[in-house]
Amino acid sequence: MQTLTQFYTILHKDLLQELRSKEIITAMLVFSLTVVVIFNFVFDPGSAEMRTTAPGILWVAFIFAGNLGLSRAFAREQENSMMQGLLLCPVDRSLLFTAKVIGNILFIGLVEIITLPVMIIFFDLAIGRAWPLLLAILFLGTAGFATVGTIFSAISANTRSREVMLPIMLFPVTVPIILAAIKSTSYLLAGRETADIWPWLRLLIGFDVLYFFVCFLLYEYVVEE
Amino acid sequence: MILTRDLRKSFGQVQALAGLSFAMAEGELAALLGANGAGKSTLLHLLSGLSRPSFGSAEVAGFDVRRQPQEVRRRIGVVSHQTFLYEDLSAEENLHFYGRMYGVAGLQKRSDELLAMMELWPRRTDLVRTFSRGMQQRLALARAMLHQPTVLLLDEPFTGLDLHAIDLLTRFIEEASAGRVTVLMTLHDPDYALAHSRRLFVLHQGRLVIDQPSEQVRKGDILPFFREK
Repeated sequence: MQTLTQFYTILHKDLLQELRSKEIITAMLVFSLTVVVIFNFVFDPGSAEMRTTAPGILWVAFIFAGNLGLSRAFAREQENSMMQGLLLCPVDRSLLFTAKVIGNILFIGLVEIITLPVMIIFFDLAIGRAWPLLLAILFLGTAGFATVGTIFSAISANTRSREVMLPIMLFPVTVPIILAAIKSTSYLLAGRETADIWPWLRLLIGFDVLYFFVCFLLYEYVVEE
Repeated sequence: MILTRDLRKSFGQVQALAGLSFAMAEGELAALLGANGAGKSTLLHLLSGLSRPSFGSAEVAGFDVRRQPQEVRRRIGVVSHQTFLYEDLSAEENLHFYGRMYGVAGLQKRSDELLAMMELWPRRTDLVRTFSRGMQQRLALARAMLHQPTVLLLDEPFTGLDLHAIDLLTRFIEEASAGRVTVLMTLHDPDYALAHSRRLFVLHQGRLVIDQPSEQVRKGDILPFFREK
């Protein structure tokens, strides 16, 4: 019961802080919408090229915006050594990690929910009845990225140039997740059968689970001095 | 309450603590002095479970810091020159956040008491970012005392405080010690340490060079150890 209370308390605090400062969401949203708007002007309206490249553009917007958010989220926790304050609480490190991951998924997810309709309108995408699957792909891609991002933002926060270090460490490791997410999204938007999408989804789920458990176990050693 | 045996900590080739052994009883109020880099903060980090000893052992409130870090954290309150406070939350929200993390029973009453005691009651709903340094440090002390710890570890708690805040904090620390809370505080000011602590430790290059009751120590005994290595 105490564990659940601690989990909820950390998550609630992160959301309340963001609700007041709006610094993470605003930065991510401005970035992702800018990407979508800029790429909209690269292609002819309604062209096949536009629809083909849309999944890549979508994930570029989400991944880079997510990187921006992750970097800021952990940096904020370093101000006034608040992370140290959290670590001094009688809270299990794995619980702390899980709460941070969920918080990051919510922040990136909110940006995706706002950006996606804009993308659909600008790129003239037909989702049809594939909505649930598209949302599932977005969730799985975001969850994997946020999981690895949470641990790497903790590592990079202690380095001198954390804004540079985070993407350098994060992007190579998340390549399987990003590839699987882009492939499944492009197959889905191209109207391919679920059977074609499934291998990429399996890869996405596999890496999500693998990364979550590895990061879950390593977090304690990462945050320790 | 605090017991260390041959406690060592190294960072690569650098030995921050070179075998500390000492014991502190319940309600004892001790100051830990030393130059920058002497190992004061490292010792507090080890005692609070923020880092692990390289060798030796330490017990706080009867629990081993290496094997039972959660139990140790439940029983310690830590104040450093960093406040650990969330600037986008109000004073009350900060205390409630930490109170829930510690599972404090009767949290509203306890937080109200501490806010009043720290003379922060009128500003309880204001965001911490609007507080002065002294107010933030008083709130940090309230945060550290929220769960009624049996050991208080203070790392340079007076940094940047005005005289009123120093006086308030001093009274609070002395009252806590009188109430059987063991207090270990790192300081840079030998005069303050001699006047307000009952026991004095001096660390020099990771070793304990003075461990005596404060009344038996003269300022001249301490000053040679205030040169950085």
